[in-house]
Amino acid sequence: MTEIIRVGMADLKAARHPAILTTLGLGSCVGITLYDPKTKIIGMVHIMLPCSQIATAITNRAKFADTGIADLLAEMISLGANRKEIVAKIAGGAQMFKFAGSHETLNIGTRNSEATKQVLKELGIPILAEDVGGTHGRTIEISSEDGRLMVKTIGYGIKYI
Amino acid sequence: MKSEIDINNINSFHLDVLKEIGNIGAGNAATALAKLLNKRIDMKVPQIRVMKFSDVSDVLGGAESEVVGILLGVTGDITGNIMFVLDLLSAKRLVNILFGRDIDAETEFGSMETSALQEVGNILAGAYLSSLSNLTNLRILSDIPGIAIDMAGAILSVPAVEFGKNSDTVLYIENEFTYGENSVVGDFFLVPDEASYIRLLNALGVA
Repeated sequence: MTEIIRVGMADLKAARHPAILTTLGLGSCVGITLYDPKTKIIGMVHIMLPCSQIATAITNRAKFADTGIADLLAEMISLGANRKEIVAKIAGGAQMFKFAGSHETLNIGTRNSEATKQVLKELGIPILAEDVGGTHGRTIEISSEDGRLMVKTIGYGIKYI
Repeated sequence: MKSEIDINNINSFHLDVLKEIGNIGAGNAATALAKLLNKRIDMKVPQIRVMKFSDVSDVLGGAESEVVGILLGVTGDITGNIMFVLDLLSAKRLVNILFGRDIDAETEFGSMETSALQEVGNILAGAYLSSLSNLTNLRILSDIPGIAIDMAGAILSVPAVEFGKNSDTVLYIENEFTYGENSVVGDFFLVPDEASYIRLLNALGVA
């Protein structure tokens, strides 16, 4: 049996082959998965907010796109992943509720996915695939075998990116 | 005397007060629902959940279970969110009762059904918050409701995200209500932000 490791909200995990990493019910949050195809080391972080600079105190770095991705990368490297080989796939960043009025946090999904792309760009990590935006929740699962990312939704079925 | 309240180490006395706030608010909301449906609504003892974000998605029978969430922003002297969550079957039954259909009639969620549910959310949130307002003498209002039908984890994370800026935990005041033999089961969640629940406790003279 392949071990399936759950990543909670504001949480990150890195693992070696043959592990599978999953996070359930992404709404406005973004799930970032990193994969080194040579060593088959995988990592996943489930971020809630775009940037750690908005916080008054940072006690959990996995909460933010900038600090979360940086920490995940460091953890994968410490497991033996090669920085240059690492590629990314991202999913989430939906707007779950639609309102007539505007409310800052309501566009948090878009801000999260934009910040994620920016951070990955700055780190020089290519994004191979993405499934972001929309108004629906997502469950994602990455396999260390081939780095394939499963995206499961209610109403839009299952797809692999 | 000024006491520091830390959400991560909330004491049992404050928890009891928050439970009572939930009881009074949800009690009024349940009464409003009973009047609206002309049915008897039962309520369970409220729960206060102070949760780490990583545990949030597991409330309500699993992160992937399909639920209907009606979310309203809370404004005025306290800020945060109030949310009314039903599992899909309960939501269908609630709509059927509202529309005078057979309770288990096959129902799709069209615009009429979702706006009816939004309006239910509006009425219940209004009843909940006005009782809190009377109790605390604070001005507490709600915004226009929004509705989502999706995974429980994705829906519950929405009020949690607002907490994320300053805290690593989120406080939910949860009340479960039922109609009939579990025909309709729903939950009210009041999720005040950190400053607001302290303000609530202060207004009641217990902080």
